[in-house]
Amino acid sequence: MITGLLFYAFAAVLVVAALGVITTRNPVHSALFLVLAFVQSAGLWLLIDAEFLALALVLVYVGAVMVLFLFVVMMLDINVEELRRGFTKYLPLGVIVAVIVVVEIVHVIWFRSQGLKFLTALEPSPAGYSNTKALGAVLYTQHVYAFEIASVILLLAIVAAITLTMRRRPGLKAQDIAKQVAVNSKDRVRVLKMESSKDP
Amino acid sequence: MIITTAHYLVLAAVLFSLAVAGIFINRKNVILLLMCIELMLLAVNFNFIAFSRMWNDTLGQVFVFFILTVAAAEAAIGLAILVVLFRNTRSINVEELDRLKG
Repeated sequence: MITGLLFYAFAAVLVVAALGVITTRNPVHSALFLVLAFVQSAGLWLLIDAEFLALALVLVYVGAVMVLFLFVVMMLDINVEELRRGFTKYLPLGVIVAVIVVVEIVHVIWFRSQGLKFLTALEPSPAGYSNTKALGAVLYTQHVYAFEIASVILLLAIVAAITLTMRRRPGLKAQDIAKQVAVNSKDRVRVLKMESSKDP
Repeated sequence: MIITTAHYLVLAAVLFSLAVAGIFINRKNVILLLMCIELMLLAVNFNFIAFSRMWNDTLGQVFVFFILTVAAAEAAIGLAILVVLFRNTRSINVEELDRLKG
C-alpha cells in the first residue's frame, strides 16, 4: 500500500520534471529539472530493491554529470530566444510522435501480455538480501573484463575531454616550474657597492 | 495498489517518449539535445532494473552499471565538444552548423 503510494508520488514528480526539462525556456532550469528527475528515479529504483544503483545514480549523475552540465550551461553565453524560434512549429509533431510511442508500448505491455509475469505482484526479495553484495559478487567475477573495459572508457573520456578543451593562449602569464627550479641565485640578486649618501 | 513490473515499464515508456518529444521540439539547442539523450538512457535503465527485479537476476543491474559508466563518459566528451564548438563559432545552434555541408 505505502509502496504503491510512493510509486505514484515519485512517478508523478518524475513525469512533471521530464516535462519541465523539455519545455522550460532557460537551459539552466532544464538542467535543474533533470536533477529532479534523476532524484525521483533514484527513489523509484529504491522501491524495487536496486539500492546500489539508486545511490550510484545520485552520486554519479546528480553529483557529477549534472554539475558538469550546469557548469557548461552557465559558462556559455547563449542567446535563448534565437534557439527557441521554431519551438511551436515542431510542437505538434513532437507530441504526435510521443503519443504514438506511448500508445504502442502501453498496448504491448498492458494489453497483449495477459497471463505473463508482468502483471503479477513482485515477489519480495529473500530475507537478508543485499543488493550491493549480489551486484559485487557477479561484477568482479563473471563480468570482470567488462568492468576493466569500463575503466578504460572512463580514462578515455578524461583524456578526450582534456585534449579537446585544452588550448595554449599566446601572451598568457603562467608559471614555468622547470625554469623556476633551474634558476641560479646569481641571476636574480645583484650586490652593489656604493657610497652611503650624505644629507646636504 | 500493487506495483507490478508493468507499472515500471509504462513509466519508462512515458519517460522515453517525453525525451523523444524533447528532441523534436528543442532541435536547435545542442545542450537540450544532450539532456534529452540522458533522459532516454534513464528510461532504458528503468526497463533493465524492472526486468532484473522481475526475474531476480542481477545481470540487468550489471548492464545498468555499465550504461551509467558509458553515459557519464558520453556526457563528458559531448560537453567538451560543445565547449570547443562554442569557442569556435560563438553559437550552439544546430542549424548554423553546416560547415560539413551535410
